[in-house]
Amino acid sequence: MEVCNCIEPQWPADELLMKYQYISDFFIAVAYFSIPLELIYFVKKSAVFPYRWVLVQFGAFIVLCGATHLINLWTFTTHSRTVALVMTTAKVLTAVVSCATALMLVHIIPDLLSVKTRELFLKNKAAELDREMGLIRTQEETGRHVRMLTHEIRSTLDRHTILKTTLVELGRTLALEECALWMPTRTGLELQLSYTLRQQHPVEYTVPIQLPVINQVFGTSRAVKISPNSPVARLRPVSGKYLLGEVVAVRVPLLHLSNFQINDWPELSTKRYALMVLMLPSDSARQWHVHELELVEVVADQVAVALSHAAILEESMRARDLLMEQNVALDIARREAETAIRARNDFLAVMNHEMRTPMHAIIALSSLLQETELTPEQRLMVETVLKSSSLLATLMNDVLDLSRLEDGSLQLELGTFNLHTLFREVLNLIKPIAVVKKLPITLNLAPDLPEFVVGDEKRLMQIILNIVGNAVKFSKQGSISVTALVTKSDNRAPPDFFVVPTGSHFYLRVKVKDLGAGINPQDIPKLFTKFAQTQSLATRSSGGSGLGLAISKRFVNLMEGNIWIESEGVGKGCTAIFDVKLAISNESKQSGIPKVPANPQHVNFAGLKVLVMDENGVSRMVTKGLLVHLGCEVTTVSSNEECLRVVSHEHRVVFMDVCTPGVENYQIALRIHEKFTKRHQRPLLVALTGNTDKSTKEKCMSFGLDGVLLKPVSLDNMRNVLSDLLEHRVLYEAM
Amino acid sequence: MDTLVAQLQRQFRDYTISLYHQGFLDDQFTELKKLQDECSPDFVAEVVSLFFEDCEKLIGNMARALDQTGNVDFSLVGSSVHQLKGSSSSVGAKRVKGLCVTFKECCDSQSFEGCVRCLQQVDIEYKSLKAKLQDLFNLEQQIVQAGGRIPQVDI
Repeated sequence: MEVCNCIEPQWPADELLMKYQYISDFFIAVAYFSIPLELIYFVKKSAVFPYRWVLVQFGAFIVLCGATHLINLWTFTTHSRTVALVMTTAKVLTAVVSCATALMLVHIIPDLLSVKTRELFLKNKAAELDREMGLIRTQEETGRHVRMLTHEIRSTLDRHTILKTTLVELGRTLALEECALWMPTRTGLELQLSYTLRQQHPVEYTVPIQLPVINQVFGTSRAVKISPNSPVARLRPVSGKYLLGEVVAVRVPLLHLSNFQINDWPELSTKRYALMVLMLPSDSARQWHVHELELVEVVADQVAVALSHAAILEESMRARDLLMEQNVALDIARREAETAIRARNDFLAVMNHEMRTPMHAIIALSSLLQETELTPEQRLMVETVLKSSSLLATLMNDVLDLSRLEDGSLQLELGTFNLHTLFREVLNLIKPIAVVKKLPITLNLAPDLPEFVVGDEKRLMQIILNIVGNAVKFSKQGSISVTALVTKSDNRAPPDFFVVPTGSHFYLRVKVKDLGAGINPQDIPKLFTKFAQTQSLATRSSGGSGLGLAISKRFVNLMEGNIWIESEGVGKGCTAIFDVKLAISNESKQSGIPKVPANPQHVNFAGLKVLVMDENGVSRMVTKGLLVHLGCEVTTVSSNEECLRVVSHEHRVVFMDVCTPGVENYQIALRIHEKFTKRHQRPLLVALTGNTDKSTKEKCMSFGLDGVLLKPVSLDNMRNVLSDLLEHRVLYEAM
Repeated sequence: MDTLVAQLQRQFRDYTISLYHQGFLDDQFTELKKLQDECSPDFVAEVVSLFFEDCEKLIGNMARALDQTGNVDFSLVGSSVHQLKGSSSSVGAKRVKGLCVTFKECCDSQSFEGCVRCLQQVDIEYKSLKAKLQDLFNLEQQIVQAGGRIPQVDI
């Protein structure tokens, strides 16, 4: 056999199988050659591919694999050694490259896989973020809706508008089918349908408040999904085929004014809630989302606040209206009261006059009648008439006066009158009764008692009458003495009162002593209280209203005086004493002459004789100049002794300088007082001093000076002072 | 061109105002002027001259009392000061009166140096016031002689 370098295939060439192999190899080669081409093409196209080197390797591997398969095509038939060689080379190369690639892939594939993983991860993350974005967006929208809703709700203070607006806005925002509000009734036992969004509810539609579903909703502050079939949600006629939308209910706390205590915030244990029911459109397959529920809850809270504001406002408006009404009523009442008071005063004034006149006539004529010839029966009758009418008169007076005194509207009516005559008149009035009771009355008037005085004549008479009347009333036997004197010192006055003579005023003291029933010293304080009377047998019979002493005391107080009663005990008689302040009148005319108010500017001091005493030559001269300028006739002296020598009753005023330290200056005032005992002959004494403190004033007053002037005196001042002095005979204001 | 009378009147007014502003005189002096009328045309002059005589006399008394070194009768000084105070306040001599108040305090506290000092001050003060018032009266005389009227000065 010829040795040819051909390689024989291992097994005999089976024609069909070989053909298939041949074709497969061919296609494999083609594929293996095209894959790298595709790879290259697409990698070139794509921008990013980090593994070019791998690609090259891979390409090489594939190409070689393809080559191998391609060369394999020739091995199906007899082939020369070259082909076999090439085949072998190709296979070897392929082996090398594939091994290298395989080794490389060990490193690369995990990387590639991890890239994939990361990609997946990022995708997930992106999806999550998207979701969250969506959530945030919805939340923000919810917030916006809430703000808008709140704004709408809070822009009004009217309760109905608030509620209506809430429902409308909620309906709009959430695209609700129906929205309803149930308010608790007054009794708190039922919920009444108050507002709905879409439909008008004609009648009062109530549900009891103790339903379980309602309790469930009221039990939590969150929005609760309830069944569309519950009574609170069954608001419209339901036609069966519709699938009702989901319903949510939330409680709305109704806060009251009383909830807002200072120390604690309103606890929601207040118990009163309204129910807000929200229905999604039926058949929409919409569900309540969480953010929508939150929206509903927030809105419910806002509504609660807005409602409470509205409630507070309503309260305050109501209170204000109430106050206004009360004001009006009070005003009317006040006016009525004023009218009543005026009517009463008018009545009193009229009765005062109208009643007293006839009374007076009756009394006077009855007492006159008594003096005539009468039979014993007649005498008895007249006595009774007299007694009764006296009593009536007293009672009338007392009541009329007391009512005025109570008001505080009583004022003394000052006038000039004759004091001596007054006493005699009083006695004349009392005499009838006293004579009947056989009680002699004596009157003692002190010699220095001024005749003409200024005071309230009527009231003084009333006081004296009352006291003397009491004396007569409460005495069964004995005598009554009435003494009137000018009091200087307070030897018998009660210790809490003292008498200070000032200027031309004096204190009149009247003592009425009787030897009658006397009074228990313990009862004395009660005497002056209204309507109180000591209940001894002796007094019981004499009647009387018990007002007399109370009124007298009031009058005496008005006259700046004091009244008291001394008694040594029951059966030992008693003495009633009172002091009142009266002014001495310098006119010896009857009362009724009106006083001409002197205009100080035009008072003429022409020829007014005055005496000026001053040790200091200069101030003496100045004072003299002042007085001369005013038209006075001035005599000047420079020492106390000279003053005493010179002073006479012709001098109307004596100006004395009391500046020099030492008390001697004041002594002269006393001396002058001693020299001129008759009050109206004494000149007025005025001190000129450099200091004006209270002690100087008091000292002057205590030494009997009529006035104090501050040096240096201006012309106007001196003019005013002189005119005041001469008019009033007292001057303590020129400081 | 101002007449002589107008000039004098203006001078008089200015001088009077300055006396008040400098505190030499006070309202009492104004009061004194009010008392001067046809019946007593020289009232102010009389009072003022009496005052100055009084000052002299009192100051003399006080000086003599203070000269008795070691045996100063402060009560005498005090009473003289009191008199002076009274006089000065009657006349409206403001500064003198003020000094008298201080002087009185020194007397009360029996401070010899204080009294001496005060006395000197009072002396100076009353003399200067005397000079000034003299000038014022001279001005008045000049105005009257020139045929004018003494103007009313409102302070």
